[in-house]
Amino acid sequence: MSIIEITKLTKFYGKNRGIEDVSLSVNEGEIFGFIGPNGAGKSTTIRLMLSLIYPTSGSATIFGKDCIKFGHEIRNDIGYLPSEVFYYDKMKVKDLLKYSASFYKGNHNKRIKELADIMELDLNRKIDELSYGNKKKVGIVQGLLHQPKLIMLDEPTSGLDPLMQHKFFDLILEENKKGATVFFSSHILGEVQKLCNRVAIIRDGHIVKIEDIKTLRKDTYKKVYVRTEKNAGDAAKFPGVSNLEIIDGEIRFLYKGDINDLLGLVAKNQVIDINIEEPTLEEVFMHYYQ
Amino acid sequence: MNIYNREVKNRLKSAIIWSVSIFLLIVFFMAFYTGFAADETIWEMVLENYPQELLQAMGMTGVNMATVIGYFTMCMLFAQICLAVQASQYGFSSLSEEERDMTADFLLTKPIKRSKVFFSKLFAALTGLIITNAMVWATTFLCLRFFTGDHEYDPAMFVKMLSVLILFQLFFLGVGMVISVSVKKIKSALSYSMGLAFGMYIISTVGSIVGENTLAYITPFKYFELNTLILEGSFDPVMIIICAAVVVVSLTVGYILYNKRNIRTAS
Repeated sequence: MSIIEITKLTKFYGKNRGIEDVSLSVNEGEIFGFIGPNGAGKSTTIRLMLSLIYPTSGSATIFGKDCIKFGHEIRNDIGYLPSEVFYYDKMKVKDLLKYSASFYKGNHNKRIKELADIMELDLNRKIDELSYGNKKKVGIVQGLLHQPKLIMLDEPTSGLDPLMQHKFFDLILEENKKGATVFFSSHILGEVQKLCNRVAIIRDGHIVKIEDIKTLRKDTYKKVYVRTEKNAGDAAKFPGVSNLEIIDGEIRFLYKGDINDLLGLVAKNQVIDINIEEPTLEEVFMHYYQ
Repeated sequence: MNIYNREVKNRLKSAIIWSVSIFLLIVFFMAFYTGFAADETIWEMVLENYPQELLQAMGMTGVNMATVIGYFTMCMLFAQICLAVQASQYGFSSLSEEERDMTADFLLTKPIKRSKVFFSKLFAALTGLIITNAMVWATTFLCLRFFTGDHEYDPAMFVKMLSVLILFQLFFLGVGMVISVSVKKIKSALSYSMGLAFGMYIISTVGSIVGENTLAYITPFKYFELNTLILEGSFDPVMIIICAAVVVVSLTVGYILYNKRNIRTAS
């Protein structure tokens, strides 16, 4: 069953494009990555699904219900972590979380404590005393405290240190194991690759590709820098090599294909130095635009 | 109830500060009444020397300032300005708060309808206004009891004067709300509310000075002009209906616009 179903969703802010003709569907139990550079329309898509903003055309359903008509019902089962977190400054963390919990049925005190312990969040501090990272933790706790069936994350890791990011990912994976579907928006390819099953790439408001993460990884280029004893210019003829340049005796190229073949080729030469890099997100996008 | 409770908690301090300020204002004014009334003739001479325009602007024409109610209208005018600023402030800040403090992503992603947010905020603002109104009533009658000496007054006139105050405030609340959801962003609710409250006051005084009656239809300072009450025994019912209509229309339009509004992002 698909949890999210977006059909030709379009949003213009006056004449400015937010997103155009975005269609995608997310299956139950999936961790779905939504990736694109800043300003591509990631947040716009999420905010449309939460009916914070209303579409120019097209539609979106969550749990089979229309996002606008049944927004308030749908949101019972959504946990949302915005990319930038702001809360009522004068409130204490504890009070804010209680206020947040008061919108959902049941008692969530135990879960609040559990989550706060995991994220090492002090519940007795005032919101305006918190650092950005700590506010983000408040956001995580308030997004997860009601055990939502759908978790929407909009660039969730900014502001969190690597250790906290790790704990946070574990939390998300755990929720996912319990059955939660996750919609994970990010501009960092690495973290999406780590977590997601499938990924949609958005650029300039359009979905460029929706792909299984394994295929995407196989598809992506590696950036290779090699310095060899002798001229190895014939590498250009090797299948999978493109954009070959030789600068100051260093051979630079993009490689796509089985990494073992590449290593075999490299090993035939006397190598002084080698550097194989993941392409940046921009470069992946460039690839999809060619 | 949870939104209402938080909003009221948020408003309470401000409502109390306004109440105390207006209490002090009325008490301070009325404490001098007996002294003022005793020197009636002197004051009349002083007032006669004032330019007629100033007296018109202050709403001091045609009314005997030595009577309790005549004297009271002077301080009521200041109280009205305060009440107008307070109500505008609530109007401009209530619905715009989430977008200004960027907490919309918190509140409006909860499982509630926008209409619930609207009404919770409206009733919370109203609660603040009612608290202040109650204080004005109490203060007025306390002052009448203790500061008027043996001068006569008709309590019914004071009841009439005070009972329209809530409608007067609703005008500013409603207009504030509808403007706040019509513009892109309210950066500072205070500057807007000062603008609305004093703007309306100035329009009213200009209208009085130049004797322009059409201006009377747009400003609540004219709807509830205290001189009219004293001279004719009641406010103009047409004006009260106009004011009520403005309140109903602005709240309805505000409600519709808020429901349709695209909430701005933090970034």
